[in-house]
Amino acid sequence: MSAVLDPHGHIAGDHDHDHDHHGAPEGWRRWVFATNHKDIGTLYLLFAFTMFLIGGVLALLIRAELFKPGLQIVNPELFNQLTTMHGLIMVFGAIMPAFVGFANWMIPLQIGASDMAFARMNNFSFWLMIPAAILLSTSFFAPGGAPSGGWTLYAPLTLQMGPSMDSAIFALHLLGASSIMGSINIIVTILNMRAPGMTLMKMPMFVWTWLITAYLLIAVMPVLAGAITMTLTDRHFGTTFFNPAGGGDPVMFQHIFWFFGHPEVYIMILPAFGIISQIIPAFARKKLFGYASMVYATSSIAILSFIVWAHHMYATGMPVTGQLFFMYATMLISVPTGVKVFNWVATMWKGSMTFETPMLFAVGFIFVFTMGGFTGLICSMAPIDMQIQDTYYVVAHFHYVLVAGSLFSMFAGFYYWSPKWTGVMYNETRGKIHFWWTIIAFNVTFFPMHFLGLAGMPRRYADYPMQFADFNALASVGAFAFGLAQVFFLLFIVLPVMRGQGAKAVQRPWEGAEGLEWEVPSPAPFHTFENPPKLDATATKVLA
Amino acid sequence: MNKMNDIRKKLASGLVFFGAWMASAAWAVNDLPGGPAVRELNIQIPATKIAEEQVWLHWFMMIICTVIFVAVFGVMFYSIFKHRKSVGHKASNFHESLKVEIAWTVIPFIIVIFMALPATKAVVAEKDTSNADLTIKATGQQWKWGYDYLKGEGEGISFVSTLDNDQRVMSNNGAVGVDVDDYLLKVDYPLVVPVGKKVRIITTSTDVIHAFAVPSFGIKQDAIPGFVRDTWFRAERVGDFHGQCQELCGKEHAYMPIHVKVLSQEDYTAWVMDQNHKMAALKDDPNKVWTKAELLDRGSKVYASNCQVCHQPNGKGGGPVKPLDGAAVVLNADKSKQIMVLLNGQNNGAMPSWKALSDTDLAAVISFTKNNWSNKTDQIVQPAEVLAIRK
Repeated sequence: MSAVLDPHGHIAGDHDHDHDHHGAPEGWRRWVFATNHKDIGTLYLLFAFTMFLIGGVLALLIRAELFKPGLQIVNPELFNQLTTMHGLIMVFGAIMPAFVGFANWMIPLQIGASDMAFARMNNFSFWLMIPAAILLSTSFFAPGGAPSGGWTLYAPLTLQMGPSMDSAIFALHLLGASSIMGSINIIVTILNMRAPGMTLMKMPMFVWTWLITAYLLIAVMPVLAGAITMTLTDRHFGTTFFNPAGGGDPVMFQHIFWFFGHPEVYIMILPAFGIISQIIPAFARKKLFGYASMVYATSSIAILSFIVWAHHMYATGMPVTGQLFFMYATMLISVPTGVKVFNWVATMWKGSMTFETPMLFAVGFIFVFTMGGFTGLICSMAPIDMQIQDTYYVVAHFHYVLVAGSLFSMFAGFYYWSPKWTGVMYNETRGKIHFWWTIIAFNVTFFPMHFLGLAGMPRRYADYPMQFADFNALASVGAFAFGLAQVFFLLFIVLPVMRGQGAKAVQRPWEGAEGLEWEVPSPAPFHTFENPPKLDATATKVLA
Repeated sequence: MNKMNDIRKKLASGLVFFGAWMASAAWAVNDLPGGPAVRELNIQIPATKIAEEQVWLHWFMMIICTVIFVAVFGVMFYSIFKHRKSVGHKASNFHESLKVEIAWTVIPFIIVIFMALPATKAVVAEKDTSNADLTIKATGQQWKWGYDYLKGEGEGISFVSTLDNDQRVMSNNGAVGVDVDDYLLKVDYPLVVPVGKKVRIITTSTDVIHAFAVPSFGIKQDAIPGFVRDTWFRAERVGDFHGQCQELCGKEHAYMPIHVKVLSQEDYTAWVMDQNHKMAALKDDPNKVWTKAELLDRGSKVYASNCQVCHQPNGKGGGPVKPLDGAAVVLNADKSKQIMVLLNGQNNGAMPSWKALSDTDLAAVISFTKNNWSNKTDQIVQPAEVLAIRK
C-alpha cells in the first residue's frame, strides 16, 4: 500500500524530526519487527488474502470433482482432505485474521489512539500465524495426507488420522494463542486509549462490535484448545476422553467443540455488522438509526451465542427437553439480528443515497445475508433439521452468512477504507464490476445448494446419486466464476492501489462519512494521534 | 399435492435449464421413488406422518419468511430507488425512535413464538419411541450397515448391508455413461420392515460416528460408538425408500447407503420365514474341515465384499492402505499372526477388526490371501484355528 510500502511516506506531514528515530525501520526489518498498528494491519490483511486464495483453490478442486457424478479428479480420501482443509483455512486463516487486520488498522484511527496498547504483542500475534499457516497448508504432503475428519474435527474419526492431525492441532493452538493475544490487545486499546470525550456510547459501531467480539474470543478460544488437546492426548498419551472403550464419550467432543463453535460463528459476523453499520450511514448521508439499540442487539447476540451450541447436534439424539431448549434459544437470536437489519433499512430510509462500491457491497450484504438468516431460522427448527442437518442445505446456509456475510462486509470495508490506507482511489468501474460479478456468481454457486439439501444430498460426499447432477453442475460453474472474480479483484483492484496507481485520494473521499479516521490525511501518516486529539461533542471531529 | 408437485417440477425445469443443458444431456435419469427426484426443489415425498409434518412445517416457515423478506426488502428497494441523491432526495435527520425499536423487537418475538408452537408438537411426536411393534438395531461400521432384529416379528434375523460393488466400481470409473436411477443407493441386502407398524431403530456403531437417515421417513439419528440412541418410523405405504449415511465417517462416507424395503404384512411374514430357513442352512460348523478349493472359493467372495474396497482387487492396496500381495504377515509361516490382525485390527483401526465375520469366513479369506496373486504359500487356515485364537 503506497504509504505503507514507501518507507519515507511517514516523514511527510507535520512531524518534527524528533520522531524519525523511532519511525519505521527500513526493508525487511520494518515488517518482521513491525510494531506499528498500520503495518501489522497490512500484514494481517495480506496474510488473510493469501490464505483466502489457498482455501479458494481447495474449494474449486471440490467443485471440480462435484461437477459430474463419479470420481474424476480426486479420490475420496483426498476429497475429504480438501473439504476439511478448506474449512480450517477459511475460518482460521482467512476470515478471522482479516477482521483482526481491519481492527488493527481502524480501531486506533477511529478512537483517536496513537497505536495499539501492546505493540510488541501485536507483532507476536501476527508472526505466530505464519508457522501455523505453514503447518496447515503443508499438511497435504504429510504421510497419509492432510486431516480428513472435517473442520469440526469430530472424535473418534480424528483418532484414526495420520500425523498431519497433530500438526493441525498444533496449528490451531498457535492460531488460538494469536487470537487471544490479539483480543487482549484490542480490549485494552479500546478501554484505555480512547481520546478524551470518546465515551463508550459515542464509539463507532465497528469498535463496539470488535470490543464484543474480542470478549467472545477470549471466552471460547481456550475451550477449543481444551477440546483439541484432549484429542491430542487421546491420540498419543493413552487417555480416553472421547473413546467409549475407555469410558469416554464421542459426543462430549461435540459439546465442547460447539461451545466454542457457535460463539465462533458470531466472532466471524459481529465485526461484519460493525463495518456495515459504518458504511450504510456514510452513503445514506444520514446518521445510523438506533445506535444504542445496535449496541444492545450486538451484546444480546453475543450472550445468546453461548446457550445455543447444541442446535448443531439435534441428530446426536438429545432428550426432548434438550432439543426444545436449544430450538427456542436459537430462534430467539433472530430477534436481535432482525433488529439490526431493520435499523440498517431505517438508516437508508429517507437518506440521500449514492451507490459507490462500498455501498453496493453493504446493500448486497444486507440482502443476501438476510437470506442466510432466514435459512438459519429454518435450520433451527429441530423437526425440519431432521431433513436438512448435514446436507447441502446447511452448506448453503453457512456460505450465505460467511461469504455473503463476512466476506462481502470485508470487501465493503476494503473499498471504504483503502483510500485512507493507500492514499489512492480504487477504480470505481472495476469495483462495480467486481461487485456484480461476485454477487451473481455467489448466488449461482450457493442458491442451488438449498435444493440439493432439501432433496437429501448429504454434505462431504465425493460422489452423489444422478438425480443431483444438474444443480451440482450449476454450482460448480458458479464457483469457478466466483473464484475468477476474486482473481480480478487481486490483479485489477488490490495490486494497482498498493502500487499507488489511481487518482489521489483526498482526506475525506466520502461525502457522508463521519469519524476520526477521516480527520487524518490520506494516506494516513505512519504515526497518527500522537497527542490525544480534542474532540467535538459527537466525538466524530477533531477540534483544531 | 399432485398439482403442487406439477408446478414445482415446471418451476424446476425452467429455473435450471442452463444447468440441464450443461450436464444432464448425457444422463437419462428418472426420479427414484422413495429417494431423490431429478432436480428436486423440496423435501422428498413423505412416507410417514412425521415426514409430512416436517414438509408442512417447512412450507409454514417458508411462507412466513418470504412474507417478511418481501416486506423488509420492499421497503429497502423502494428507499433505494426513491431516496437517492441522483433523484435529488435530501437526507432527513431522524435517527432514533424508542417506540419503533420496541415494536420491531416485540413483533418478531411474537412471530418466533408463533413458529415455535407447531415445531414443539412435532419434536415431542418425533421423540416418542415407546410401544414399538418391531425393534431393529442398526450398527454403523466403516462402511456398511449391520441390522439386527431385536424384538418383534423376525427377532433373531441379522445381516450386513453393503453398497452394490458394481456401483462402487462405476464411481471409481467416473460414472461414465451410467444411467441407473439408484446410483450409489443400491445395496445387497435391504432392511425389510412391515407397512403400518411402528419400527424403532436403535443406532450404534463399532468405529466412528455414522448417521442413519431416511429422508422420506423424516428420520436422522447419529450412530455413536459405545452408545445407543433411538428413533422410529411408521411407513404409510409399501415400497423402497432410500437414505445415506449423513455423518462424515471416513473415506467411503459417500458409499454406505440405507435401503429400506417396506412390505405388506403377508409379504413380511413370508420374508421372515424365508430368512429363518436360510440362516439355518447357512450356519457353518466351525469344526468342519474344509478342502483348499472350498476355502479359496469362499475366500474370494469374502474378499470381494469386505476387503477389496481398500486393498484393491490386485491386493496392492494404495496410499495409506498396506499391500497384501507379498506382505510379510500374509506370507509368514506362523498363521496366527494374520489371524490376530484380522481379529483385532491394526494401526489404530486403520485396518479395522473383522471379528464380526464368522470363523469360516475369516479362515476362508486368510487362506485366499495366502494363495492368491504372487502369494503362493500353499498354507490353508481351518475355521477351528480361528476359533482357537478368537477365544
